[in-house]
Amino acid sequence: MTVDVFNTEPDSAIRASTEGATVGLRGVMKSFGTNTVLHGIDLDIPAGQFVAIVGRSGCGKSTLLRLIAGLDTPNAGTIQIDGQPGPWRDSVRLMFQEPRLLPWQRVVANVEVGLPRGPDRHRIAKDVLAQVGLAGRDNDWPAVLSGGQKQRVALARALASHPRLLAFDEPLGALDALTRIEMQDLIERVWAAKGFTAIVVTHDVAEAVALADRILLLEEGRVAMDVPVNLPRPRRRGDPEAAAIEGRILEQLLSPG
Amino acid sequence: MKRFLPWIVPVLILLGWELASDLGALRSQIMPAPSVVGTALWRLARSGELWSNIQISACRALGGFMIGGSVGFALGVSNGVSSLSETLLDTTVQMVRNIPNLALIPLVILWFGIDEEAKLFLVSTGVFFPMYVNTLHGVRSVDRQLLEMGRAYGLSEWSLFFRVVMPGALPSVFVGLRYGLGIMWLTLIVAETISASSGIGFMAMNAREFMMVDVVIVSILLYAALGKLADSIARFLERTCLAWNPAYVKV
Repeated sequence: MTVDVFNTEPDSAIRASTEGATVGLRGVMKSFGTNTVLHGIDLDIPAGQFVAIVGRSGCGKSTLLRLIAGLDTPNAGTIQIDGQPGPWRDSVRLMFQEPRLLPWQRVVANVEVGLPRGPDRHRIAKDVLAQVGLAGRDNDWPAVLSGGQKQRVALARALASHPRLLAFDEPLGALDALTRIEMQDLIERVWAAKGFTAIVVTHDVAEAVALADRILLLEEGRVAMDVPVNLPRPRRRGDPEAAAIEGRILEQLLSPG
Repeated sequence: MKRFLPWIVPVLILLGWELASDLGALRSQIMPAPSVVGTALWRLARSGELWSNIQISACRALGGFMIGGSVGFALGVSNGVSSLSETLLDTTVQMVRNIPNLALIPLVILWFGIDEEAKLFLVSTGVFFPMYVNTLHGVRSVDRQLLEMGRAYGLSEWSLFFRVVMPGALPSVFVGLRYGLGIMWLTLIVAETISASSGIGFMAMNAREFMMVDVVIVSILLYAALGKLADSIARFLERTCLAWNPAYVKV
């Protein structure tokens, strides 16, 4: 089950969008000290595609995401978003595994962190909060929110500046099963409505199959599989076709070497 | 009802004290009755001596606190933010910190005599160190993840400092503040008792010469009351500024 890494042409069924950014990686290499985490990644993501990156812990998936989000720079190779080498500023947003809200700022002020200064800041922040289902919670302290609600605020903060690329670093890892499903639905809904390009790193293959147009499997810093997921949306849980894709990916993940 | 509970024990002590004095179990030269102390307080208040001494002591305390506290805070912030500043200064500060500031009294008297500068100097050196140490610790222990988030979301260095670093360091700064307040009173009491011609400590030492035990006790109680007042103000500020933190919300 080898997959040509360079053959990442967008599938005809995959939606293209003018709201999303294109992402292009050429020979991206990243190492920390003597430990090389990414070995020359080449990758093209068309605008508006929903990509999931899966892999074992330590396979470099989070590192790849941080490079794409501009938090780190590669040791070699180039990353271009919309053909630009960066900095991408607020057109690229990253949602972390932890909500990372400022505990000393009210919910609405936390969303304003994602916005440039301007007279409409407050109003926009309130609107985005309503979009993630937190209308009326503007003046709460983050401490009184549940884990799922905190991640909604973090999502609102990421969405506020209308990013063209939204990267998620296992944002649902710490949530309970039901809240996870609700958040997956929410992320899918806002993605469908806004049309940004989405890249989500997850260790949960089922989650990847439920959300993504395309799944990349990373092994030891290389793309080991590139699987299109051409299933209609909204996807039903327990769909046999989805289960087949999940099975293939798990098989590769679990195979030794 | 719950509000009065903490006061039951002090009131009982006062009553027992008064009773013991009235029955002659406590000699008035050693420990005058609360009513006598109360009369002395009233007398000092009427003559105006009490207020002028409180005013002088409070000015010294606050002045020294402001100077020592702000320098300690500023240095703590700069050493917390800049590693160059820390490498350059922290070792020196830590060395000087190990000298008890009251050990400087002979030197201070030589330098400043018994003038106001002597008290300001002693109080500010006393307050400086807890403020410095706790501010530095606070700035250092600001959540790295929040800093990374702030940078990733394009906050300028300026707003990163005021929206992430300072609020994150604030709980620690308050610890330093309350610690500093304790040291402020301690230092001032010693300084005023040893070398002063005014203030609460002077009032106590002066009364001792004339065997006015009641005035001595009034002075001691004044220190207690002022210390408690300062701590209450600090706690009020803490609760107001740290309202976001569940640990500080009054239950």
